[in-house]
Amino acid sequence: MSAHEHAGALPPEPEKATLEGRNKILGFWLFLGAETVLFGTLFSAYLAFRNSTLDGPKPEELFQLPMTFIMTVALLVSSLTSVFAVQAMHRHKTGPMLGWMAVTIALGAVFLGLEIYEFNEYAHEGHRFTTSAFSSAFYSLVGFHGGHVAFGILWIGLLILQILRKGLTVVTAPKVYVSAIYWHFIDVVWVFIFTVVYLMGKV
Amino acid sequence: MNRWHAGKKFALALLFGLIPLLAACGRADLSVLNPQGPVAARQFDVLMVSVGIMTLVVVVVFVLMVYVLVRFRRRKGDNSIPKQVEGNHKLEIIWTVIPIILLIILAVPTVGAVSKFAEDYWEDPNAVQVRVTAYQYWWEFEYPQYGITTAQELVVPVGKKIAFELVAGDVKHSFWIPAIGGKMDNNPGLTNRKYLEFPTPGVYRGKCAELCGPSHAYMDFKAKAVDSASFDRWVAAMQGPAVLPEDENIREAFVSKCLTCHAVGDQGSPIGPNLTGIGSRVTVAGILFNDTPEQEYVVDPAKVEENIKTWLADTQDVKPGNMMPSAGDLQLTQEQIDGIAKYLANYRLDYE
Amino acid sequence: MAAHAHTVKRYPGFWGWLWDWLTTVDHKKIGILYLVAGGFFFVIGGIEALFIRLQLIRPLNDFVSEDTFNEIITMHGTTMIFLAAMPIIFALMNAVVPLQIGARDVAFPFVNALGFWTFFFGGLLLNIAWLTGEVPDAGWTAYPPLSTTAYSSHHGVDYFVLGLQISGIGSLLGGINFMATIINLRAPGMTFMRMPMFTWASFITSALIVFAFPALTVGLVAMMFDRIFAANFFDVNAGGNIVLWEHIFWLFGHPEVYILILPAFGIISEVISTFSRKRLFGYSTMVFATILIAFLGFMVWAHHMFTTGLGPVANAIFSIATMAIAVPTGIKVFNWLLTMWGGSIRFTAANLFAIGFIPTFVMGGVTGVMLASAPADFQYHDSYFVVAHFHYTIVGGLVTGLFAGIHYWWPKMFGRMLHEGLGKLTFWTYMIGFHLTFFVQHFLGLLGMPRRVATYLPNQGFDTMNLVSTIGAILMAFGILVFIINVVVTSLKPRHATNDPWEDGRTLEWAIPSPAPEYNFKQIPLIRGLDAWWKEKMEGNKEMKPAEPVGPIHMPSPSILPFIMSVGLFISGFGFMYNLVVAGIGLAITLMCMMLRSVFDDHGYHIEPEEQKKKGEVPA
Repeated sequence: MSAHEHAGALPPEPEKATLEGRNKILGFWLFLGAETVLFGTLFSAYLAFRNSTLDGPKPEELFQLPMTFIMTVALLVSSLTSVFAVQAMHRHKTGPMLGWMAVTIALGAVFLGLEIYEFNEYAHEGHRFTTSAFSSAFYSLVGFHGGHVAFGILWIGLLILQILRKGLTVVTAPKVYVSAIYWHFIDVVWVFIFTVVYLMGKV
Repeated sequence: MNRWHAGKKFALALLFGLIPLLAACGRADLSVLNPQGPVAARQFDVLMVSVGIMTLVVVVVFVLMVYVLVRFRRRKGDNSIPKQVEGNHKLEIIWTVIPIILLIILAVPTVGAVSKFAEDYWEDPNAVQVRVTAYQYWWEFEYPQYGITTAQELVVPVGKKIAFELVAGDVKHSFWIPAIGGKMDNNPGLTNRKYLEFPTPGVYRGKCAELCGPSHAYMDFKAKAVDSASFDRWVAAMQGPAVLPEDENIREAFVSKCLTCHAVGDQGSPIGPNLTGIGSRVTVAGILFNDTPEQEYVVDPAKVEENIKTWLADTQDVKPGNMMPSAGDLQLTQEQIDGIAKYLANYRLDYE
Repeated sequence: MAAHAHTVKRYPGFWGWLWDWLTTVDHKKIGILYLVAGGFFFVIGGIEALFIRLQLIRPLNDFVSEDTFNEIITMHGTTMIFLAAMPIIFALMNAVVPLQIGARDVAFPFVNALGFWTFFFGGLLLNIAWLTGEVPDAGWTAYPPLSTTAYSSHHGVDYFVLGLQISGIGSLLGGINFMATIINLRAPGMTFMRMPMFTWASFITSALIVFAFPALTVGLVAMMFDRIFAANFFDVNAGGNIVLWEHIFWLFGHPEVYILILPAFGIISEVISTFSRKRLFGYSTMVFATILIAFLGFMVWAHHMFTTGLGPVANAIFSIATMAIAVPTGIKVFNWLLTMWGGSIRFTAANLFAIGFIPTFVMGGVTGVMLASAPADFQYHDSYFVVAHFHYTIVGGLVTGLFAGIHYWWPKMFGRMLHEGLGKLTFWTYMIGFHLTFFVQHFLGLLGMPRRVATYLPNQGFDTMNLVSTIGAILMAFGILVFIINVVVTSLKPRHATNDPWEDGRTLEWAIPSPAPEYNFKQIPLIRGLDAWWKEKMEGNKEMKPAEPVGPIHMPSPSILPFIMSVGLFISGFGFMYNLVVAGIGLAITLMCMMLRSVFDDHGYHIEPEEQKKKGEVPA
């Protein structure tokens, strides 16, 4: 099987063409429901501890909005590129699809790189995981999100390799689709983090 | 045969219901069902309303069930298929609306009582303020209005509102005097406020009601309600200067070994339970009783002395996990132990 | 469709048999695995219960030390809820739901197996604590600060936190699986309103699991971070808040009790209906009531915190919301009674349990309404009254319901009927023992006995009732013993059960042989109404009408990966406690397996029509 155009044999929405594919998509949406509650609980804990900074630096002092803004743009654009990837998939254009997937995870890596740099800065400024209740909640919430981004990068990277090998089929299509939903989800979570943690922290 | 199934169950339920019911009221110093104060009485009233409603529900369900089981049991040789009934709209409405009405009947006194019990009397000039700090495994009672602190035995005047501030010194505990009123938690880092009233003089049993470690079951305390004049005398006695042992050796041992954690009068440290007037208390360490079976809650100095020696000999045996070292760890000699026990047993406050 | 189906390797002998069970992705086998493992943990939890009651048989007893007592109550609660009750619920869901909806398996067979093995290894990790001597002792609710390293410095609570996180993954996966299965895999003609009540209950329970377990996960992770990585969520000196734990825990904890009871409601609906020879009275109301209970179940968590100090407004709101749940619950009770009304009631052991459930659960439910009233709860909270309430609902309710379901569906799972006489003896001894044990506990609480006390002083009026309670517990233990004997005796009998051994089966699972063939249905059936099998029987048909022709049946391949993934998590659990490198290795094993699963697609295998005939499709 080649990685290039697989014309003709694929149905219009290849990810939904099989029962297994439809099951995977439904199952994943349900999983995201659970993840929503998970992040919701982390947000609640964060909100409870917003002001419990003890001797550590306060949010207003810590957060660098310009860099966080760049991170946000990177992640938002990566969501857009993942949409393009799925659109390419629907047009059965495997090459462009893989290209857009690669851009997506590249932007994700940019996001992650900046976040690691950000955490490093904070650690030098005295804002560590163990500093206070606020810091524990901050790193748990933002760190869990970052962990999700990292997992997504590995996952989509693995999928790119798989499709190079197996091509776009009714078996691999649902995997791409599901990974795209996942990527959108962590983007939405980031929008909330940007708002609740960073923007509200600066007020 | 099948009639017996239903009948048996009913009879059993009745039997098991009656036996404890006969013993139901319980001790006047301990039971929820024997309220001795207005807070507990109001809670008992709510309890009665709910029991009344719930008994009605249970009886209806039981009677219906017994009837159904008896009347519609399969007779021998009967292989007919009964009429298949989809449902009955009217019935659904009836058994939705009636329970809603019953719940409203319960909800009204519930909401009323919730706001009543949340009344904050801390700033009320006629109330007596008590700050309760719960520790593993003892209770500290501080009276900020009088500048005194005691432990394990809460002394309060009859007929006044007692405003409590509850906090914990280590883990979560919960302050409960069942005969007087419901409980509220002692949280570390957060202060709770509640009030109680004690119309009748007497000794009431207090319990810790939140798992706090191995000696959670041993964290009993007492609440002693006395008339106003007695309470004033108690306060005055507590405010008095420390009374130390007469004997020099015992005094020296007591000051150097005990007052590093305990306090009497104006001397000592607030780390452990305050020992002022311990000879008047109903218990040592909350659970070793100083009275005799013949005269409940009347303190016998000989028993106080004996209990203090039991406690000192091996504190971990009486209350595993508690923070106080035993006499051996403190390197007290037997003579010192005996002397201190005698001194403490005779450290009484004359106020009643 | 599936491009390269292959044949499945089967190995002979004992090792082949073991390999079969370790690699199975068949929901029927997974159901049996859950039943056996859940049963095993139930016995452990039951022994812990006996030890509690033996310690409390008389005042100032020293059967166990105070430390040990706190360990026993913690392990009893945790084991019973997470490792016994929930798995047995999953056992019945696995054994029954795919059959009831006319499906060949669940939506994600591999994930189903993964769910079992993670539950099992999580439970194993928790119970290994007993062997290390470092046992969790802060209650199954693990309130900080008692559960923090400051006051619980040994690894006990770590076993709790890690064991439950791993087990919790299994529960979550099971919840997602059954939701997807019920949404996507129903046979043609089975609309939602033609599903059996047990399937409905499973569906709603699965939704509760999906939305409740993540909250527990966050709480456990936060506690793990505090204990192992010096975070400050619950360290009051560092700005932490212990009440936050209570909120997070009960946000999970309250839906959890509905997760426990709704499947029992489903079982009762099925059993009562079958043995009354009548359709369920008020089916659509029953469905609606179950959904309402689940929905309201998310709105009442703070009724576990009335004494924490949330204030009168919060207490009042949560009181009212809690009382509201009594309405749909009451509706269900009356619908069950009206189902039996006008019916032809047969008192099998299964039906005795179902009938015994009703008054017992009602008693538990009414004490629940009593507890709902916050001002009164100030007295009841953390006393034996609460202990009585939740044992009435969980043991008198759920466990009784599980016994009904187990006796009812045993022939479908194992091809044999449990002995009726022994079943009835189990019922009577267990039920009488139950009421003896727990009825008096209501009064103990009202007389002033707090809960979680390792012992009590004499002369407080507690002595006699505690004695009665312990005697009841011993009687219950006897009942369980009779059940175990029943299981052993039955397993020695030959497999003679017919497809519809109760003769009055109403739902699809009774249309196929007992036990069900590997592929469940030779041909997916066509559903023409509620109680689909009953409908066909009443019209004189001996079989369901097929919705597809006979043909090769595609089955998912077995896999050892779920087992290995769970072992990886198990290893990482130890690692988090003792050596972080080991933790990393454990997680790496699990991640590697996930990668392998992603890369090597499973194309399954086929069961050809000739093999289907050989496996014996016996007409009714």
